[in-house]
Amino acid sequence: MDDLLLNQFLLLGAVLFCIGVYGVIARRNAVLVLMSIELILNAVTINLVAFGAFHGSVAGSVFALFVIAIAAAEVGVGLAIVLLIYRNRGSVDLDDMAEMKG
Amino acid sequence: MVAQNIFFFAIAAVIVYSGLRVVTSANVVHAALHLVVVLASVAAQYVLLAAEFVAATQVLVYIGAIIVLFLFGIMLTRAKLGRDQDLTHKHWMGGAATALALFAVMVYALIDEFGWTRTPLPADPRIASVNGSNTATVSDAVFSTYLVPFEVVSVLLLAALVGAIVLARKD
Repeated sequence: MDDLLLNQFLLLGAVLFCIGVYGVIARRNAVLVLMSIELILNAVTINLVAFGAFHGSVAGSVFALFVIAIAAAEVGVGLAIVLLIYRNRGSVDLDDMAEMKG
Repeated sequence: MVAQNIFFFAIAAVIVYSGLRVVTSANVVHAALHLVVVLASVAAQYVLLAAEFVAATQVLVYIGAIIVLFLFGIMLTRAKLGRDQDLTHKHWMGGAATALALFAVMVYALIDEFGWTRTPLPADPRIASVNGSNTATVSDAVFSTYLVPFEVVSVLLLAALVGAIVLARKD
């Protein structure tokens, strides 16, 4: 039964992370960028749980739970900010937000 | 090839396909629903790694709460519910190149460092955890070793709750 490689979980995490990075760069809708950030956080959590199983330690699971809690907080605040932007400007297109451009 | 491996690769294929659909779909609601599939499949991987409490939390918090928040966000920002060609940048090739370069670096580093290291998985979850189930061990750790981080996370959640209400309410 002892046949799972550590690397197959880490590589799955790497694939998911890169998909998320692509989404953050390539998407224009702010809600879709937040979804891509969720993909990145899930990639990190897979790595944490895989290393926890690898070391036979419970710390991986505990920190995965912390990451999930922080992701919930991040989405709550992030969507509130997106909602505020929509209310002020009538659009959530990230290309329209260029006030900080010098 | 053991049964766990077969399940791993089947679930991993679902994760990669649905993840790609999340970042390429031309429909915002479809992207959110594909995100549900990704999150559920990741929960299945946690079960494969014998972390059933994390899997249950993933389903409850992510699929139960975060996806609902996303759907409310889509609804309140009045995104087009049908197909929308404007969701992806014209210059998406740069993002794809960045992601591929990052992936190449990570694959090199992972193969170089961990190669064929095996994950010592419990043959039988009932035998594996001597002190009862995995959930009991996790809760013991959260309320003893990691008590301070746990309290910090709860304060953080409170701050995020207050912050979200302050930001989103109409004055």
